[in-house]
Amino acid sequence: MQNYLIKQARVVDPANNFDAVADVLALNGQIAKVAQNIERKDAVIIDGKGLLCAPGFVDLHAHLREPGYEGKETIASGSRGAAKGGYTTICMMPNTNPAMDNGYALGVAQKIIEQDALVNVKIIGAITKERKGAELTNFAELKAAGAAALSDDGSPLESQTLMKEALLKAAKTGLPVTSHAEDLKLAGKGVMNDGFISSKLGLAGMSNESEWKAVEREIDLARQTKTPLHFCHISTKEACELIRKAKKEGLKITAEAAPHHFTLTQSECESFSGNAKMNPPLRAAADVEAVKQALKDGALDAIATDHAPHAPHEKEVEFELAMFGIIGLETAFALSHSALVESGLIDVKKLIELMSLNPARIFNLKAGTLTEGAPADIALVDLNEEWVYSQEEILSASRNSPYIGRKLKGRVKHVLCGGKLIFKDGRINE
Amino acid sequence: MSDNFAWTKKDLLGLEYLSAGEITRILDTAASFKEVSTRDIKKVPALRGKTAVNLFYEPSTRTRVSFEVAQKRLSCDVVNMDMKASSVLKGETLADTGRNLEALKIDIFIIRHSYAGAANVLSKFVKGSVINAGDGKHEHPTQALLDIYTLREKFGKVKGLNVTIVGDIEHSRVARSNIWGLTKLGANVTLCAPPAILPKYADKFGVKVTSDIDEALKDAHAVNVLRMQFERDDLKAFPTPAQYFKTYAVTKERLKKCRPDIIVMHPGPMNRGLEISTDVADGKNSVILEQVTNGIAVRMAVLFLTSSAVRRGE
Amino acid sequence: MEKTIQTAQEMDKTLQRMAFEILERHANPANIAFVGIRTRGVFLAQRLKEKFDAAAKLTAPLGELDITLYRDDLSQVADFPVIKPSNIGFDLKDKNVILVDDVLYTGRTIRAALTELADFGRPATIELAVLIDRGHRELPVEANYVGKKVPTARKEVIHVKVKEYDGHEIVLLGERDVR
Repeated sequence: MQNYLIKQARVVDPANNFDAVADVLALNGQIAKVAQNIERKDAVIIDGKGLLCAPGFVDLHAHLREPGYEGKETIASGSRGAAKGGYTTICMMPNTNPAMDNGYALGVAQKIIEQDALVNVKIIGAITKERKGAELTNFAELKAAGAAALSDDGSPLESQTLMKEALLKAAKTGLPVTSHAEDLKLAGKGVMNDGFISSKLGLAGMSNESEWKAVEREIDLARQTKTPLHFCHISTKEACELIRKAKKEGLKITAEAAPHHFTLTQSECESFSGNAKMNPPLRAAADVEAVKQALKDGALDAIATDHAPHAPHEKEVEFELAMFGIIGLETAFALSHSALVESGLIDVKKLIELMSLNPARIFNLKAGTLTEGAPADIALVDLNEEWVYSQEEILSASRNSPYIGRKLKGRVKHVLCGGKLIFKDGRINE
Repeated sequence: MSDNFAWTKKDLLGLEYLSAGEITRILDTAASFKEVSTRDIKKVPALRGKTAVNLFYEPSTRTRVSFEVAQKRLSCDVVNMDMKASSVLKGETLADTGRNLEALKIDIFIIRHSYAGAANVLSKFVKGSVINAGDGKHEHPTQALLDIYTLREKFGKVKGLNVTIVGDIEHSRVARSNIWGLTKLGANVTLCAPPAILPKYADKFGVKVTSDIDEALKDAHAVNVLRMQFERDDLKAFPTPAQYFKTYAVTKERLKKCRPDIIVMHPGPMNRGLEISTDVADGKNSVILEQVTNGIAVRMAVLFLTSSAVRRGE
Repeated sequence: MEKTIQTAQEMDKTLQRMAFEILERHANPANIAFVGIRTRGVFLAQRLKEKFDAAAKLTAPLGELDITLYRDDLSQVADFPVIKPSNIGFDLKDKNVILVDDVLYTGRTIRAALTELADFGRPATIELAVLIDRGHRELPVEANYVGKKVPTARKEVIHVKVKEYDGHEIVLLGERDVR
């Protein structure tokens, strides 16, 4: 196996509270050393001058669509988009077809991952059979088949009794549970955030309440069961506050936010572009601010993409008919860095904590750090490079991004995954 | 009188997107087009050689006929497409329909759709002019323009007039477009409806809101009566049509307490004896048929101005 | 730099001469009708008519045409001020129409005006009166009554100002506005 020596990069590793210019040596797929002036004859040198060198990013929330919806995305295409975005570990949601609800299904997906994935892909198992919200899956079987966590993403469990039972059983198997907190009755037929804008556009709205009511209920379940619970894609100021309080109370709650929820507002919907349609919807400016603050003060723990590819014919339609979702793997770092670091809200170390370390910890993954002996998962980023995100450069099989055509700052240059240089000079390296 | 500025908008998607000056330009231009319809030869060659397609995803007789007459008076070739019966059933997307029509070198797209924003979406996929003929609950700009034209013709101005809109505001694209147009031109708008069918954020539109019809009509120069559709699901909880008539209909008795010169408008089709009484619909204050006549002139003006912008953009 | 082609006084004298010419060339002046082309042709037609009426002791009918809708190039339309209704308040049938415009240039405006007039009725004859003929015809159109022939370059432009519309009265030759 090729060894690599990264020279003179700004190495940021929050797990070791490290932020300094240094060299990083990757031997046999592992981090061997982080120090000044490392010399090593049998290693290929990567010039890290002017680049940020961080543990590869970890995404707790990606929809890779395979098996079942290969027209939207495949494990091959999704993992290439991930590499381009600096991600070395991504966790795929179970809403495939068939759903990831039994050991056999996970086994089939694992085979595809082994063959096609360019980065580490972890599978999140379904909480209920066929994701129907009626009958729990066999958590032990899912764990044995390699599930990293359990989730009801996309089709929230309406039955609290069932959710409670799921939390207790999952705690026993040691699998983290992630919750898509949405009150479906309150959300109704909503297609965007509820407010004056939805009213003037003549579109049905989804209120903040449809999120925070569900968050409130599930926090209560976590309290009753004394089990850990992770919230997906938090988008409202009220939910941020509820989670902040729950943490103060000592509950084992964690939560993530998606870059679109802290970089865009509901006004994107005014163009009626299907690319502005997602669930949870883009919210008001006050919510965007609250999410940013929550990421800063620790109420929210991680940045996750909620990468949700859809084919053009599912997006280039009437707004009300468009599918919910946005692709995010390729743009997450640049967006987060601009919105959080360049704005002066947090420092780079905190950002890497949100994108690498914390997500790895939430799902107990061997990732997210440059500690000696850790897998050599490394992202090298030029924080100053400006680029326009173009439709042609997208590696995902879908192109449903409202950021197309916009200028971004901060570009991933090289990525090592398990010691392999999978992304080199801004291109996939196979 | 609008200032002399170049018209640059190739589409008419809604009145929210127009400035007061642009709305006034359309109204002024419509005034000239009204004269064309009084000629023996009611046709001018302005859009000769252009092809318009009337894409109706939702049935509509009066709007479609009005557009078609306007197109023909401008010498524009017209293709009517009843979209319920064609591609939609085969699952073709709006983008693909647009691209296919573009390949047929269509210059003007008139679109009526039951989903909000359909015209906005179509405009992203075609180079020709897109004119919104009503999209879901969003906007119906040409209807509002003809309402405002009629109002201006009667009172010689729009600014400072009190205009009341009565009926199912929440579900009404006519109401939304009227609110944008009237407030931009400086009219005072009052919305009147039972609370259940007032938009949740009605107060943010810069209008007065009430559920008391007599209060809403007091001092009004004009009342625009919207069609009530009791078959809607969300109106099930609502009082019966008879109760609505009693509480909200515009009747002769109510008009007696109003300004004597109040004008009564209705976008049609009317439910006589439901939201409006027959004696009012046919009475001296009614301008409902003049609205229909003015609709031709307004649509001619819109077709003409948007087409002139397309050519410039090439 | 703009050059004066005609002063207000010269314009008035020219129009007077044209009115006499019109009267001279028609055996039956009672059949004459004036139609001005918007914008300034309308005001010139009004002047011609008044001078003609005084000389002929008649009251000739006066109409106005807005030829915007008959233009052969829509791309020019957007820059124009709001179009106005055409107004021919009399029957054109068997009339000897004097079509009036300020400047004769490519001939396209006149072609459009002739087409539009035909949609209003069928006059016995149509003649053309213009204050300035600046050349550069693109169509076979000539005026029957010309106030003044002015040789110009294409890049130049003739401005006819009338007091009713512009507040003052003058004919100027200038460079094309760069807008």
